[in-house]
Amino acid sequence: MHTFAELIIVLIILLDLALAVTGSLSSCIRLVALQGVVAGLLPLLAGAPHPRALLFAAVIVTLKGAVFPWLLMRARDQSGARKDVEPLISYPASIALCIGAFIASSWMGSRLPLPETQVAWIVPASLATIFTGFLLITTRSKAITQVLGYLVIENGIYIFGLALFVEQPMMVELAILLDVFVAVFVMGIAIFHISREFDHIDTAELSELSDWRRAGDAK
Amino acid sequence: MLLVLLSFVILLFSALLALCLGRNPDRAQDAGAYGAAAASVAGLIPSVHTLISGNTWSLSLPWPVPLGSFTLTLDPLAAFFLVPLFILTGLAAVYGVDYLRHYSGRKPLGLAWAAFNVLTASMALVFTAGNAVLFILGWELMAASSFLLVLFEHEKAQVRRAAFIYITAGGTGALCLLAAFSLLGSGSAVLDFGSFSVSPGGVASAVFLLALCGFGLKAGSIPFHVWLPEAHPAAPSHVSAVMSGIMIKTGVYGIIRVLGFLTPWQEWWGWTLLFIGAASSLLGALFSLAQHELKRVLAYSSIENVGIILLALGLGVIGVVSRAYPLAGLAFAGALLHVLNHSLFKGLLFMGAGSVLQGAGTAELDALGGLSKRMPGTATLFFAGSAAACALPPFNGFAGEFLIYIGAFRSVNASGAPALAGVIAGLSLACAGALAAAAFTRAGGTAFLGEPRTGRAAGAHEPGPLMLFSMRALALLCLLAGLASPFLLLPAARAVGSGFGPASGYAAAQTAAVPLIYISAGGLLLLAIIAMAAAKRRAFLGGKKPAVGATWDCGYAAPTPRMQYGASSFAQPLTDFFQPVLRKIGQYPVISEYFPGRASFSTEAQAVFYNSFYYPVAARIRDLAYRFSWIQHGRLQIYIMYIVVTLMGLLIWKL
Repeated sequence: MHTFAELIIVLIILLDLALAVTGSLSSCIRLVALQGVVAGLLPLLAGAPHPRALLFAAVIVTLKGAVFPWLLMRARDQSGARKDVEPLISYPASIALCIGAFIASSWMGSRLPLPETQVAWIVPASLATIFTGFLLITTRSKAITQVLGYLVIENGIYIFGLALFVEQPMMVELAILLDVFVAVFVMGIAIFHISREFDHIDTAELSELSDWRRAGDAK
Repeated sequence: MLLVLLSFVILLFSALLALCLGRNPDRAQDAGAYGAAAASVAGLIPSVHTLISGNTWSLSLPWPVPLGSFTLTLDPLAAFFLVPLFILTGLAAVYGVDYLRHYSGRKPLGLAWAAFNVLTASMALVFTAGNAVLFILGWELMAASSFLLVLFEHEKAQVRRAAFIYITAGGTGALCLLAAFSLLGSGSAVLDFGSFSVSPGGVASAVFLLALCGFGLKAGSIPFHVWLPEAHPAAPSHVSAVMSGIMIKTGVYGIIRVLGFLTPWQEWWGWTLLFIGAASSLLGALFSLAQHELKRVLAYSSIENVGIILLALGLGVIGVVSRAYPLAGLAFAGALLHVLNHSLFKGLLFMGAGSVLQGAGTAELDALGGLSKRMPGTATLFFAGSAAACALPPFNGFAGEFLIYIGAFRSVNASGAPALAGVIAGLSLACAGALAAAAFTRAGGTAFLGEPRTGRAAGAHEPGPLMLFSMRALALLCLLAGLASPFLLLPAARAVGSGFGPASGYAAAQTAAVPLIYISAGGLLLLAIIAMAAAKRRAFLGGKKPAVGATWDCGYAAPTPRMQYGASSFAQPLTDFFQPVLRKIGQYPVISEYFPGRASFSTEAQAVFYNSFYYPVAARIRDLAYRFSWIQHGRLQIYIMYIVVTLMGLLIWKL
């Protein structure tokens, strides 16, 4: 069984790398959804699943695999923005950063004082996923990619939780999931409103709203 | 104690009510002002009771704040500051009703009243707090609410600038206080005042210096005074009265409290206080002589009076350290009496300035003149306040300074440090008193006497009845406090004994009661003579109207009001003498022909400390800050990156 779980971990890391280089917004949304579904299936592989665990997994897979992508696709269509992610740094730089993050995560995974985990690489993979989420947030200019980054971070936290609380990660996960659901919902609405007001969802342009200007910059 | 709590509750409730009634300015005014007045009465009863009985009341409520506890302590020292606080805020609230009516519909009066009542409550909290966290809470609330009030007329650029300087000074001061309190409480789990203890030596000196900076910034002592002459004139006049009358005394109170924690004292603390006080009193009086706006004159005069109080505190500290307890007792009692007296007469004077501002539309001295004929009530009351400010008996400004003088003179006979300190204190007090007398003669004379210099002064009118009522009440209190000064010694000595000073000082202070009784008797006699003369004049006139004629004009064919002595020319001999300190900028006409043509003349007083120290330093800090402005550019992604990098750094640091 563990080999199968480790395969999933490898898949998650590959999805992180794919997210770093994918330019199409819709592909990104699909990749994030796929990562969420795969991560949601992970706890079912550890021995005979409890019926409650099955229920939780069903909720998670539904939300991450169907509801979130649908909300985000809708936001993407309604915003009428360009269909690529508009990165602030080049794709090679993104993937270099992602690999760097993975190396850093392996080092940190070996240093973190954690209980022994059954599945190899689960802690580095979770950390790498969190960093990939941050990478999406900080180096992509669209508001929608920031929501995606947020979701990727959530996936990472979920996997990290699996590594820590091998038995009962469900309560923690449910709480986070609820937060994420509300957040995605709110962000979806906010993105829609931003694009309606400003005709774009480029956060770089939003810096015009910044309240602080050097005296010389003032018009 | 419960009444003090009730007073808090009334203040906060009426603040909320005023805020809610903001749509209806008249209602908001009523809620705010009557709330403040009722709270004053509720607060005055326990304060006066504490002063008379000498008991200390304490109240602790559960308050789940780290290091904090909701401990209120009402000891005679706190009560001695609470009495002027409640008198002044109550009367200022009544005054404010008429004063602010003028702004009805143009300004958010509900907000102004809410800020005023929160300011009052926060000051009362500062005076009664028994815990450092609670104290800082009150302190910051006080800064925030008074900041709002200073910003009342925010459409003027000068007001915005004043408010900015004010909030900067307040923040800097609070920073010093946080450091001082953390040093004081480093040994205990709860920052209660009762648990403060510091080992004598370097740490105690550090606490003293931090407290001196932090509280000195609020008290407005030189060199920490820059915000005061900007902020006090900018606020509405009843707020200026409260700020100048009692809010800056929170700084004095803080210094006294911290001195209480730091026994045994060191002699150089006393010298520091003495020199800061001497510098404040001299320079404050001198700068007030050079100002051209009535409220600025009064603001600088507040610096002078805070200087007198600090000078007396320094004298007392030196006295205690060198075991000259009579000197210490007299100096401390004098300092506290002057706190009370200054709050009464400075409140009166700022209200008078407010009446002028409202009646004539301006408080620029060069635009006023002849107001005593147009606003006789205000003029009389302003002159009464001026007499008190110049320390003329029978008004109250005299008593406190008299005690300090007696202490200084007695210590001259001793040897060593107290003698030198006594000489310095006596000399500075005398010089500052003379300069203050000149400043008030100039301000009162230019504004109220002579002929109006502008049409606005000619069209001036008396203020509303509530404004006059408040000023009359304060003038009466000034007179009463002056006449009853021998009886105020006991409460003052009690406050000294309860807070920090030598308990044996009371006997020394009591020795000053005898001359004070003579002076009060003399004052009563003077009043009786004046009353008799007035009665005689009435009897002689017998209902006839005295003839009114033009003033003798020295033979000029066509005198104009511009030929009067102005504010600049009156003070010119003195200000020229002190030009190296004042650095006023002037433009003087040079007469080179036999028949000179048009000429113009102007002088402008400079904010010397601000221009030559604080502004360059602030500009340097700002330039330094601009170098880092690339950090703050408004890009959301980079901001998130800052957070990520910080979190990562912390994680790696902990690994």
